[in-house]
Parts: sequence; structure tokens; C-alpha cells
Amino acid sequence: MKIKTILAAGLLSFGLSLPAQAVENYNFDIKGQHAFIQFKIKHLGYSWLIGNFNTFDGSFTYDAENPAFNSVNTTIDLASIDSNHSERDKHLRSGDFFDVANYPTATFKSTKFQSSGDGKGIMTGELTLHGVTQTITLDVQEIGGGKDPWGGFRRGFEGSTTLHLSDYKMVKGNMLGAPAENVEIFLSIEGIRQ
Amino acid sequence: MLTNGSTTYGSIAISLHWLMAILIFSMFALGLWMVDLNYYHPWYHDAAELHKSMGILLFLLLLFRFTWRFRNPIPKPLGKAWENSLASLVHRSHYLLLFAIAITGYFIPTANGVGIDLFNLITIPATLSFSKTEVDLIGELHQAIAWSIVILALLHAGAAMKHHFIDKDATLIRMLGCQCSQKSKQQGD
Repeated sequence: MKIKTILAAGLLSFGLSLPAQAVENYNFDIKGQHAFIQFKIKHLGYSWLIGNFNTFDGSFTYDAENPAFNSVNTTIDLASIDSNHSERDKHLRSGDFFDVANYPTATFKSTKFQSSGDGKGIMTGELTLHGVTQTITLDVQEIGGGKDPWGGFRRGFEGSTTLHLSDYKMVKGNMLGAPAENVEIFLSIEGIRQ
Repeated sequence: MLTNGSTTYGSIAISLHWLMAILIFSMFALGLWMVDLNYYHPWYHDAAELHKSMGILLFLLLLFRFTWRFRNPIPKPLGKAWENSLASLVHRSHYLLLFAIAITGYFIPTANGVGIDLFNLITIPATLSFSKTEVDLIGELHQAIAWSIVILALLHAGAAMKHHFIDKDATLIRMLGCQCSQKSKQQGD
């Protein structure tokens, strides 16, 4: 009992010693689905192929006073890949590419945020995909934030990065050729403050 | 004779047997080959289209053959009782697996509502739709069934060889269309 009380008091005082502006915690708006993870990759080098990961979840923290504390975590269900073509999606889920039977999810955990002011910044983190963990950086920009009409508080960001297909050691990753080496990722994430 | 006799296969049954044997083995090879083609290979798309169209044709042949089988006498098998029941089990399994492979094959590309273009002439419409997990499972089933069919066919061929070379009966030669009776053994090929 006593130890618990001391611990609680300690944690409380530690919390109070933080800057007055509390860290805001947000969960991705998955219920209303105001969150999107989109990729585009070149087909033969002649056009963009665009697809989405439809199922994912995540959360982020936002600290206006100390942007360096901003963080984001997300888990993506890779089987939810949707490129508007069922046979291609089936192929992408297979052992040739994402191998979702063995690697069902991808995760991104941020490790660092560098604000460049004006609601922009660079989010660095670890992306784990197909059993490979890579440190990647996302260019992040705040789109807006404030009260919503239904009694909640929301904040939204967009992010983008370029991944390199060959980094993720997919069995047939190189089959798509040099034009498909770079995969552009675009994220639009709205969070609801908890 | 077009139709089967009590001890002989008619030319329709024989033609169907060999035509389908050739098509089934070709489809197996095509299936294995096409899934490993490089994206930049000239046959990357055509191989899959051919596989689908051939699959539809094979299914039609199967329906006809299955009907034909019930409208014709089944020539009396020539082996021992246990051999005959084993042979019958293999034959029935083959029919079952052939229906299963045609059905699973049809569902893979049509699971999302897209039909199959039969040699670019007509489109076979999609019917049932399946979830991603179900489609992946159907794909695995299709592959497992393909291997089962080929392994059973090899067993079946081995048994035919055994009848031909060891038992020296007419099992194989009567399927080769030899008009001769069972007495003229071992003069096929």
C-alpha cells in the first residue's frame, strides 16, 4: 500500500513538473475512417499505380509547446491492400510479395520529431515490413485542428515518404523492374483527442 | 463404335479420355509455369488468360464426359476385386477433383465480380464473391487439387502399365482404341 502511494505521488509530481501544456493524445479516426494510407508505384515507368491499405489503426501525441515530444504509432493490416484489382491484390498478399500469412502486419513507431515550424516537420521512426525494420523519415504537415461539430476535438496531418522496394526483401520484389523501385507513400491521418 | 460396349470403350469415351489427359497435364504445366513468369515476360498475361479459357473448355468437356459416362455401360474391369475397387475409387476421386479444380479455378479470378473472357470471344460472368481470406484459401486449394489430380493420374498410369506388362491384360490397349477382343493381348502401342 505504502509503496504504491509513494509511487503514485512520485508519478504525479513528475507529471506536474512537466510543462503546463499537457501532451494531447489522439487516436486515429478509424470509426469514421478519416485516415488513409495510400501508396503509388510506377507501372513499367509509364504510369502510376495507386492503392490503399484499408485496415490499420494508430495513435499519436501532440505537444504544441514541445513539438519534439510529438510521436505516432501505427499498425497496418497488410492483407487489406487494395489496388482496385482482386487478382493483383491476391498476388501482392502472396509469398511473392507481402507474404501476409507470415507477416500479417507492418508497424511504424516514431523515434524522433523535428519541427521546422509552421506546422511542418520530419518524423523519424522505425518501419517494420516483411520482417525488415528500416529507419525512415516522414515529411509531416499539420492540416488543421480544433473542435468538431459533435463535441470532440480533432487534429489532422498529412505525411509522405518514399520507400525502396528492394529494402524489404520481397521474393519477387525485383520482378517489377527498376521503375518500381521507389514506392511513394501518402498518409492522411485525422486523430480524435482522447 | 461410338458408344461403350460391355468390355470395350467407344471412340467417344476414348477420345475424351486422351484429349482430357493431354489438356490436364498441359494445364498443370501451364499453371506452374505462369505463376513463376517474370512480369516482363511476353506471356505474363497471356499465359493466365489461356489457363482460364482452357479451364472453361475443360470444364465443358468434363460435363459432357460425366454425362456420357452415365449414358453408357462401363466396360467390365479386368483386375482382381481389390484392384477393381481401388481403380473405381481412383476414377471417382478423379471426377470429384476435376470438378473441384474447375470450380475453384473459376472462383479465383471472378471473386470480385470480374468475369472470365473465353478466348476473348464471350465473357463468362462472375457469380459468387469471396473475401480476401477466402480467395487466398481457394487459391491454395486449387494448387493442392492440381497436384492431387496429377499424382492420381500417375498412379492410374502406373496401374495401366501394371495391367499391360505384368498382368498382360487388355486394360491399356482397349483404352488405346484397339478393336481387338481381350484375347489379343499385348499388341497395343
